[in-house]
Amino acid sequence: MLRERIRTAGINLKGTLRAIRDSKVPARVVQSNAGLLGVALTGTLILVAVFAPEVAPHDPIAQNYDATNQPPSLEHPFGTDRFGRDVFSRVIHGTRWALGLGISILVFQILLGVTLGLVAGYYGGLVEAAIMRLVDVMLAIPGIVLALAIAGMMGGGIFPLVVALAAVGWRGFARLVRGDVKSVMEDEYIEAAEAAAVSDVRIMLRHVLPNASASIIVYATLTLPAVILQVAALSFLGMGVNPPTPEWGAIIEAGRDQLQTEWWISTFPGLAIMITVIGFNALGDALRDALDPKQSRPL
Amino acid sequence: MIPVLFGVTVIISSLIYLAPGDPARAALGNQADAEAIQEVRADLGVDDPIYVRYVDWLTDVLQGDMGTSIVTGEPVSAMIAERLPATLELSIVAMLITFIIALPLGVAAAVRQYSWLDTGSMIFAIFWLSMPSFWLGLILIFLFAVQWQIFPISGRADSFLTLEWLSYLALPAFAIGARRAGLLTRLMRSSMLEIINEDYIRTAKGKGIGSQAVVYTHAMKNAMIPVVTLVGLQVPLIISGSVIIEIVFAWPGLGRLLVDSVLRRDYPVVQAIVLVYSCLVLVANLAVDVSYTYLDPRITYD
Repeated sequence: MLRERIRTAGINLKGTLRAIRDSKVPARVVQSNAGLLGVALTGTLILVAVFAPEVAPHDPIAQNYDATNQPPSLEHPFGTDRFGRDVFSRVIHGTRWALGLGISILVFQILLGVTLGLVAGYYGGLVEAAIMRLVDVMLAIPGIVLALAIAGMMGGGIFPLVVALAAVGWRGFARLVRGDVKSVMEDEYIEAAEAAAVSDVRIMLRHVLPNASASIIVYATLTLPAVILQVAALSFLGMGVNPPTPEWGAIIEAGRDQLQTEWWISTFPGLAIMITVIGFNALGDALRDALDPKQSRPL
Repeated sequence: MIPVLFGVTVIISSLIYLAPGDPARAALGNQADAEAIQEVRADLGVDDPIYVRYVDWLTDVLQGDMGTSIVTGEPVSAMIAERLPATLELSIVAMLITFIIALPLGVAAAVRQYSWLDTGSMIFAIFWLSMPSFWLGLILIFLFAVQWQIFPISGRADSFLTLEWLSYLALPAFAIGARRAGLLTRLMRSSMLEIINEDYIRTAKGKGIGSQAVVYTHAMKNAMIPVVTLVGLQVPLIISGSVIIEIVFAWPGLGRLLVDSVLRRDYPVVQAIVLVYSCLVLVANLAVDVSYTYLDPRITYD
């Protein structure tokens, strides 16, 4: 019970609602230093991802055997790898893969988790018991282990990677949404809607879900960096995005054998991951504080 | 716990249906002759209905028979028994490192709130948390094993509880533990801050007990409750971390066996390892529940 309380801790709905209504959220996010940092970092990353071909000086997969294993220079700020590919351009294009894959996986996790959480919290009873039992079961299997088994069994590659991480990551959203829904269900307007014979689906989507949206947004922002780390980890293990695709985890893996001599190949994509994770965490923390200062960080 | 474990077995046994095409052919390769493939198919029970296959597998597992590896023909239980100690040892030491870093730092940050130490511990926490553990592992190898040659590059010592044993263990355990310590430091700090402002702490201070004693005997034990909860939640994360770190450091544990077996499509081994990992998580959760009653005698289980 204690653990349950901590996991769904402190979703202060009334405060969240009020905060959204007075819509000073963006202003409050940039008020704190951390929020400003988060907005700046994530904004830059998104711009870099969108305009990657313009930002990158070279083709990320074009090989150049006249310039292999070059240390960082003006021409190649992050050096080149054993095929003479420009590591800077690869890291820049990697932003696309990290954000693109991270966000698509996140969307699937939200679709699955929010639907199940909504249904569990709305209907209660046996449906809820069954769904929450499934969440308990999923929580008993370590995330990377299950993702690895699923992605590996499906043969590896981008599609299995998305399926595996979506299958592993929805449980947090289900837990969160179910907690929110249960507290909304006690409100009178739900009773009123039921009395007015509004259909279940409509009540869920129109009246219940908007009340949970703030915490979903905060949780999603804080989950994205974790997903990006998992994508990189699985690609590093050879079970995700395959070379020569410029994905950060795959670039680190490719440069692993050369770390002693060509340290730059693996070092820079790792720094890129760090910056991304710091950026989204700072943004998520600031968003949470802006929406409701009392709400604690999801575990 | 038992119903959850049953749920886990259902998920594990359905993993095989994710494989495209014939799982026996995928494991043995295209060169294998029809007879060998038929034998493996029968062994895996792919031709049986789902429930028959599941019940067969579960009865075997309950009797301690996890099947044999498709690739090497070795009994799976022997393969796991050989690898499990290495993983346990790595995870436990990683957990200890997490505690040794996080608890004092979190308490100190809370007691001296808004000091340089507080700010420093926050920056430390964010720094470690944002670092991919496999990348940290590579950097550690590069700095401490290649450049300065303080620790061995990879592998595991043959001896146990010796200096050599520790030197092999240090880098991989730190790579897992440091990242976890980031989160735990932050939690310990906020948990401690909440307790320090409670009435009974003020009373204890008012009685004239030294502030050190108040912090360590009165506050710390209560502040540990949310921390212990987090530790329970950390176990699956530490295990997840160990899988990747075992690859980076060539540590002969379950994680490496898992990755190898997944790549070789060795289904019985993959299923058994996922099951063993889940059991570790469930046992750790049980230990957490039990420790609540020690930390807060008001908590009872009926």
